[in-house]
Amino acid sequence: MIARGGTEGASRREFLKMLGGGLLVVLVTRDLLAEPAPGARLTDAAPQIPEDVGAWLHIDENGAVTVFTGKVEFGQGIRTSLAQEIAEELRVPLSSVRLVMGDTMLTPFDMGTFGSRSTPQMGTQLRKVGATARERLVALAAEHWHVDPGGLTAAGGRVTDPRTHRSLRYGELTAGRTITATVNDAVALTPKAHWTAAGTSAPHVGGRDLVTGRHQYTSDMRVPDMLYAKILRAPSIGATLTSLDTSAAQAIPGVVVTRDGDFVGVTAPSAPTAAKALGALRATWAPASGPEPSSRDIADYLRRTPAPEAGPGHEGGSAEPFERGDVTAALAAAPHRLTQSYTVAYIAHVPLEPRAALAQITHEAGGDRLTVWTGTQRPFAVRDEVAQAVGMPNDRVRVIVPDTGSGYGGKHTGEAAVEAARLAQKVGRPVKLVWTREEEFRWAYFRPAGVIDVDAGVDANGIISAWTFDNYNSGPAAIRPPYPIANQRVVFHPSVSPLRQGSYRALAATANHFARESHVSELARMVQMDPVAFRLKNIDDPRLRDVVQKAANTFGWPGPNRQAGHGVGVACGFEKGGYVATCAEVSVDHGSGDVHIVRAVTAFDCGAIVNPDGLRNQISGALVQGIGGALFEAIEFDHGVIGNPHLADYRVPRFSDVPAIDVVLVDRPDEPSMGAGEAPIMALAPAVAAALFEATGVRLRALPMAPSGIKLAAASGSGAR
Amino acid sequence: MRIDIEVNGSRHSVDVDPSQTLLEVLRDELGLTGTKYGCGEGRCGACTVLVGSHAVASCTIPAQSANGAKITTIEGLEHDGHLHPVQQAFLDEQAFQCAYCTPGMVMASVALLRANPQPSAEEIARGLETNICRCGTYPRIIAAVRRAAAAGAGEARP
Repeated sequence: MIARGGTEGASRREFLKMLGGGLLVVLVTRDLLAEPAPGARLTDAAPQIPEDVGAWLHIDENGAVTVFTGKVEFGQGIRTSLAQEIAEELRVPLSSVRLVMGDTMLTPFDMGTFGSRSTPQMGTQLRKVGATARERLVALAAEHWHVDPGGLTAAGGRVTDPRTHRSLRYGELTAGRTITATVNDAVALTPKAHWTAAGTSAPHVGGRDLVTGRHQYTSDMRVPDMLYAKILRAPSIGATLTSLDTSAAQAIPGVVVTRDGDFVGVTAPSAPTAAKALGALRATWAPASGPEPSSRDIADYLRRTPAPEAGPGHEGGSAEPFERGDVTAALAAAPHRLTQSYTVAYIAHVPLEPRAALAQITHEAGGDRLTVWTGTQRPFAVRDEVAQAVGMPNDRVRVIVPDTGSGYGGKHTGEAAVEAARLAQKVGRPVKLVWTREEEFRWAYFRPAGVIDVDAGVDANGIISAWTFDNYNSGPAAIRPPYPIANQRVVFHPSVSPLRQGSYRALAATANHFARESHVSELARMVQMDPVAFRLKNIDDPRLRDVVQKAANTFGWPGPNRQAGHGVGVACGFEKGGYVATCAEVSVDHGSGDVHIVRAVTAFDCGAIVNPDGLRNQISGALVQGIGGALFEAIEFDHGVIGNPHLADYRVPRFSDVPAIDVVLVDRPDEPSMGAGEAPIMALAPAVAAALFEATGVRLRALPMAPSGIKLAAASGSGAR
Repeated sequence: MRIDIEVNGSRHSVDVDPSQTLLEVLRDELGLTGTKYGCGEGRCGACTVLVGSHAVASCTIPAQSANGAKITTIEGLEHDGHLHPVQQAFLDEQAFQCAYCTPGMVMASVALLRANPQPSAEEIARGLETNICRCGTYPRIIAAVRRAAAAGAGEARP
């Protein structure tokens, strides 16, 4: 197998030289027993790193621990939580652990930071790396003292012999030696009951540099001789360039215009000069031909325009239909039956740091090397994208991801990186490109819009007995119900999307939960059951039951009689190892129609908790972000033009939108630790929908539900916008 | 045109382009990159700095009009290795995730507390309404501002 890691060939040797002596522990991702890796034996000889490595860790002669992982930090807190897991298994203070992240030359290949995988996968891998390193250090001490390793203890960065009270620092054990070890996949990990570094609310590593503004995001970087870039954008999606006059732009001192087909960029020694040069380009464009659905008729368009296969944004679940029992017969036999359609709009991620990249070509002995700093969730994929765009081999391109100003699934791709690299290659100088907010709105990708049809039946005992669920274009993530319904047919139908679409926090789990849980609340009402009781009756998974009960208890469900215009709702679900239940109370102003979420309680279970405070921060933040998609966020478009590409027109949640939030953490010390960046977002919208129904008598089945409030007189009894 | 500005106590004479904003001058000419670009239209607050004691969106201020101004950026809050009480409170409350909004939030909070040293939660929310935290850490930010108020940040420099 060819190594996909950046540390290949010459650069890998340089890397090993750079590390110097000490203990290097590598994690091999294949089955060691089936196929011993070259470095599988413990050896004092020159280190060899196996080709397929998942992570590695180095302890230098001073005891400093450096961990190398291809994951990236976007605010979700894994720089801290992964370091806690290493510190735990290695028995060192958290402050002695440093993570090198998302650097394709220094870190092992990684698919990317998405899908809530960092904690269950990388976290587990790093714990094994840390535990193996600790075992090796204990073995070294035992050799040194000629004692049995079983009697030695490791703590505080030292190995100690309790019988003699002598101890050695990790750095002393490895001093003057180069030791390589490969991870023992069967190594015993520390049970949660004994955790001291993991399981605690360690503050965000590097927090001080964040509150002082010292941290350098990609958009803050600069290097000597750097030029500023701007890219010529089409007036509408899919338009083609028919003519270009660059003379006025080229006449500006210092400006270079680069054209390659429809790609046109300008570079200049200063940002205002680059902006002027862009403005001086005279271009004409031909609009795209073909169907031009708008945001007004997108639901019909998606329903009648099937795509042959799933595409970007459709990850996180199987596109294969799922069928069980005899749903047709069960629907016909059900004493209670409900058929409804739900829609979701395209929404934008709006990461506060827009796309940015700095590209620099250096001339080295082995040939040119291109280094690109950029904020992407998939550094290795972007490296390959850049290499292909500039026609360089992958191993001559290095992508480095500084801790980034958020992404929420919106930075899987390398648009700015590719653009900056193409310009840097053309002008032979470093080039920095920072997208404007408007570019981010117009030319990034969106959470897919979709339509979901649900047809369900409830039997005479209040059990959901039949369930059909047809999702058009939203995506298959969390498409199957967590309820053990005997007869079901669940189908995902990808559509041709007029807008570019892709991943978004929790993928389609938010849309699928909105449709499913809204429907379940409506079924509960149909059979005259309390919506919490109806769920508990229909749920068999004890962990899901538990979060529903805990959320309801903390909320005080359903609470005393509410004032006019208030309502409460509940929703629950399961995705990516996380169990979530949310109860919400809303208020609707009967005069203005203004909607406000008054309070929200979310109970969340993602197994053994690694960092309680970081987890609370993620859950609360997901709830707040979910408010936008639930109530008011939607991309407007017509004829390939985004109609609201500014924060003045595209509303995101602000201070005044935030309810009183209560987060209930359900710790499961004996369950694996799972991710938490996504699942907590998905129960809010259906809980709010149910609460709005109670407050107004109106069922809202389209996300966003109330972009201009709820006009009760006009909407009364109509059912949807 | 050449402008003279005082930033974090240091005087600078800068040649600026008529199209340049104060944000661009701070970031590109003076290298003070703690102040962030978020939207370019004064709608997100990431670029908030103090002009005198007022919080302003530096992306909406033509650099020329800042001539003679006394400006404080996030880099000017720390003194002798000691964080400003508002910075310390943001750290203590872990009132951030990606933290790209943090410098602007901190500066807006400093101005808010100078005008109202003991604000209620509602007053903080109203006062910071133009600042966006896309990660949604608003409740922690309110807690941080209250903590800073309790620590006397309203009376602290600048």
